[in-house]
Amino acid sequence: MFQQFSLNHVYFMLTGLGWTIGLAAIALIGGSIAGSVLTLMRVSANPVLSRIAQVYIFVVQGTPLLVTLFIAYFGSTYLGFTVAPLTAIAVAFSFYAAAFLGDIWRGAIQSVPVGQREGAHALGLSGADTMRHIIIPQAIRIATPPTVGFFVQLIKNTSLASVVGIVELTRTAQIVSNATFKPLEVYLTAALFYFLVCFPITLFSRRLEKRLSV
Amino acid sequence: MADIDDTVVEARKVCKFFGKFQALADVDLKVSKGETIVVCGPSGSGKSTLIRCINALEQHQSGDLVVCGIPLSGTRASIDAVRRRTGMVFQNFNLFPHMTVIENCMIAPMKVKGMSRDEARATAERFLKRVHIPEQADKYPIQLSGGQQQRVAIARALSMSPDVMLFDEPTSALDPEMVREVLDTMVELAQGGATMICVTHEMNFARQVADRVIFMDRGAIIEAGEPEAFFSAPRSERAREFLAQILH
Repeated sequence: MFQQFSLNHVYFMLTGLGWTIGLAAIALIGGSIAGSVLTLMRVSANPVLSRIAQVYIFVVQGTPLLVTLFIAYFGSTYLGFTVAPLTAIAVAFSFYAAAFLGDIWRGAIQSVPVGQREGAHALGLSGADTMRHIIIPQAIRIATPPTVGFFVQLIKNTSLASVVGIVELTRTAQIVSNATFKPLEVYLTAALFYFLVCFPITLFSRRLEKRLSV
Repeated sequence: MADIDDTVVEARKVCKFFGKFQALADVDLKVSKGETIVVCGPSGSGKSTLIRCINALEQHQSGDLVVCGIPLSGTRASIDAVRRRTGMVFQNFNLFPHMTVIENCMIAPMKVKGMSRDEARATAERFLKRVHIPEQADKYPIQLSGGQQQRVAIARALSMSPDVMLFDEPTSALDPEMVREVLDTMVELAQGGATMICVTHEMNFARQVADRVIFMDRGAIIEAGEPEAFFSAPRSERAREFLAQILH
C-alpha cells in the first residue's frame, strides 16, 4: 500500500533542495538589485523619489509574500499575460525582498554618523565618492547582520513556491510523505536540509561581523 | 583673483538663519595669508557656524563670502572649489574608522586631486611626520589616543595643501592630558606660516600665536583685536563676562 521511506525518496527530495537553492538565488539576486535601487531612491535628495520608495516599502512590507506571489502569477494570467511560474516567482520574490532590503540598507546608510559625511565633504570629496568610499563601507558593516537574517528568512520562504507548481524541497517532502505515510521522518529530513543550507550562512555572517568590527 | 592681494577669506555682512534663529548677523571679517585668528565666544554665539560657512558645510543666506578668491554663491562649482582649498579639523575628529591612518590621509589627494597611490602615500607620510606620528600610519583610528587621532585629522586636512585651515574646537573633546600635544601641533603650524582660523577657548594658545582674537556673541562679532589687548582690557561688557567665566 505505502512505499518504504528509502534513499530514493531522499534523492528525490535532494532534487527539490536543488530547486529551493535555485529559487533562493533568484530571490537574493533579484531582491538585492531591486533593493539597491530602492535604497538609492530612499536616500536621494529628490523628495518625490524618496516618497515613492517609502510608499512602496510600506505597501509591500504590509502584504504577505503568498499574496504577492498570487498577484504575480494568477493576477497576471487574469490580465491576459501568460507568465511561467518561475517568472512569477522571480518577480514576486524580488519585489518582496526589495522592500525589506531597501529599508534595512537605508537605515544602515542613515546610521553612519553625519560627521563622516562632513569630514568627507570638508576634504572636497564629491557626493558620489563620499557615498562609495566613506558611507557605504561603513553601512555594510551595520547592515550585515539584519541582511543575512533576512536572507535566511527568504530561503525558508521559497517553500511558498510550491503553490504555483514548483516542486521544491517542501513540495517534494509533501509528495514523499503522501507516498510513504512517514510524515515525521520525511519532514524532519526536509527540516534538516533547510538547516544545512541556512546554518552555514548564519555562521558566515557571525564571522564576517567579527572581521568587520576592527 | 586672490593672488593680487593677500586676502584669503573676506566676509561682508554675512547672515545665516536656522529657521527663525539668526546664527550669523552681519559678520564682516577679513583674513590675510599667514594670519592666525582665534574665534571665541559663548556657546551658540555662531563661532562654529562662521567657519562652517567658510568651507560651505553651511550655506549663508545673505552677504558676500569670498574664500581663496572664490565667491561662495551656493553653486556646486563654487562649493567644490572652496572645499578643495580649505582644510577643516572637527571637534570629534571625524576620521574614517574603516581606513588606516595613512589611508585617511590619502583618500582626498587621490580622489580629488587625482594623485597616484604612491604620490598620495608620500604626501601623507610627509604630513604624518609633521604631526609627529609617522609610526602610526598603518593603525586604525580606534587604536589611537584622542590626541593622536586629532593630529591625524590635522595631517589629513594638510594633505590637501589647503590655503586656510579651519579648526572647530579641536581640543574640546579631548582628555586634558591630550590637549597639549594637539595645541603644540597647531602652534607649529601657525609659526610655519599657515593661515588658520581657530574656534577655541584655549586662551594660552591664543596668547601664543594669534594675530587677532575675535569675540562673538549672538551671531555677531563684538570685538576683534590683538590677544593681549583683548584679554587684559576687553572693551565690551559681554566679553568681560565671558572672560571672567572661562578664566575663573
